[in-house]
Amino acid sequence: MNALIPFPILLPLFTAIILMLSLRWQTLQKYISLAGSIALLIISILIFAQIESKGIQAVQIGNWPAPFGITIVADLFSAIMIIVTAIMGIAINIYSFSSIDINRQRFGYYPLLNGLLMGVCGAFLTGDVFNLYVWFEVMLMSSFVLMVLGGEKAQMEGGIKYVTINLFSSAIYLSGLGILYGQIGTLNMADLAFKIRTLPDTNVLNIVAMLFMVAFGIKAAVFPMFFWLPASYHTPPAAVSAIFAGLLTKVGVYAMIRSFSLFFVVDVDFTRILILWIAGLSMLSGVLAAATQYEFRRLLSFHIISQIGYMIMGLGLSSKLAIAGSIFHIIHNIFAKTNLFLIAGVVHRLKGTYDLKKLGGFYKNYPILALLFVIPAFSLAGIPPLSGFWAKFILIKAGLELQQYVIVIVALIVSILTLYSMTKIWAELFLKAEPSTGDNKPLLKPELSLLVPVVLLAGLTVIIGIWTEPFFNILMRAAEQLINPAEYIHAVLGVQL
Amino acid sequence: MDIILAFLIGLLYAAGIYSMLRRSFIKLVIGLLLLSQATNLLIFTAGGLTRAVAPLVPDGEKIPPALSADPLPQALILTAIVISFGVLAFMLVLLHRSHQTIGSDDLDKMKGTDE
Repeated sequence: MNALIPFPILLPLFTAIILMLSLRWQTLQKYISLAGSIALLIISILIFAQIESKGIQAVQIGNWPAPFGITIVADLFSAIMIIVTAIMGIAINIYSFSSIDINRQRFGYYPLLNGLLMGVCGAFLTGDVFNLYVWFEVMLMSSFVLMVLGGEKAQMEGGIKYVTINLFSSAIYLSGLGILYGQIGTLNMADLAFKIRTLPDTNVLNIVAMLFMVAFGIKAAVFPMFFWLPASYHTPPAAVSAIFAGLLTKVGVYAMIRSFSLFFVVDVDFTRILILWIAGLSMLSGVLAAATQYEFRRLLSFHIISQIGYMIMGLGLSSKLAIAGSIFHIIHNIFAKTNLFLIAGVVHRLKGTYDLKKLGGFYKNYPILALLFVIPAFSLAGIPPLSGFWAKFILIKAGLELQQYVIVIVALIVSILTLYSMTKIWAELFLKAEPSTGDNKPLLKPELSLLVPVVLLAGLTVIIGIWTEPFFNILMRAAEQLINPAEYIHAVLGVQL
Repeated sequence: MDIILAFLIGLLYAAGIYSMLRRSFIKLVIGLLLLSQATNLLIFTAGGLTRAVAPLVPDGEKIPPALSADPLPQALILTAIVISFGVLAFMLVLLHRSHQTIGSDDLDKMKGTDE
């Protein structure tokens, strides 16, 4: 029994409640929300330290013993993801200081942001498949409202697509879950893992696995199911689209890694090949579609799809090194991708447009912004010594060890194409002279609160890149826990596999 | 009974997806509603239809009678119904607001964000 583990869920909830009560004091709101995120970071680091020293921790809600009640479990993977979520919360809160207008605040922007963080943390911590569905819905409800808050035309159009496809995926997930319960008779993830490994008679399990794959695949925006993402992610304000781009798709990837390493382990030859195909096609289609785009955030949205491909690739390879690479890529991508969206927001703040063709001259006018752009952009393309290089290096090394040459070649080609896209942004936005609009407006200066999170996230990208080894060692242990679920099952059920 | 419900569930899924593919936003909302009802019935059926007593522990005993119904699928469905109710409320507000902003409920006219 460990009292700390539920706090990453409770803290954003309490913060959201306080924020709802203090909706009238708008300056106060910003600081309460930021304080909530900082407290979340502290708690998540404490949880991480505890798991480091004592192993996987589980809490039975209401003291109902494991397969009957709801279990909340934190292993290293969950703990790392929660730390990242808290960092994102801090960055987005600071960024919202001056970028979210008063009307959006009045209609509850900050409580919704905390609701989103609660849903994400819940999804990372839960040890129960139905509870995962509930956290998905908590997260989705907040994201639906954040998506359309403000009521602009583009937001409505993007919002309808986003809401529809996500509800559809929830329905598919729920169907899979119902069939799974009918077959195995349990919803607890550890119990599922235990029963599926000990009862070999599981004919319907592949159907359920595919239903889960489609549901998580829609949420993660992988190959044939990604079209909703570039249609909606560029419509809300920069702060919102940045946290969506950073966190939400990764929750789908997390759920996929969790379920396909823990309990869909019966027909691995089939699922792994399928996942590798999806990974390769996601990488290629995302990066190729991005090459044709000139809207800053739409271009970056297509890149999310290709980066998700890398994360899924690690799951498809499924060795210890590959899973570690996957987690590395998730973390690197959350930092780098959010940062690029935030920079797009800064550019929009300065020039009032996201259209790269209408922008230019930033290198001359804002050299510091150019430097801040180069760090996440090069990291995304995989230039050493930044974090993206190591993430891709680990994945490709794992691919070579398992002799999966096709996916390795695809990953390398996509890496080069990513660099092409980044140089395109660089050439259009920074090097090209600014297209003259006739009027000579004075140069605006970006607010400090817009630059602080950009610097923070760029710093993290560099730090992960330079001090890779200790970070990598932690990830290898996290991957070890995922590959051998005995410790997970023991922590929850108290039985040996 | 299982067979009848299986056909009913299939019909509901088909009707839901058919409505979702229509061009009208209202029909899209109805389609999603049908889909969530189909899912609820699926959980109910997959959980096992047995003719049994309610799982109440009789006086003086520690466990429910041997042939008692599984209450869990119903608890799941109840949760799912509550969630889909909330989501439906949101969809209706979105329908109203988007009709105000876009001035149409034709989904084919909402391509502005795809270009």
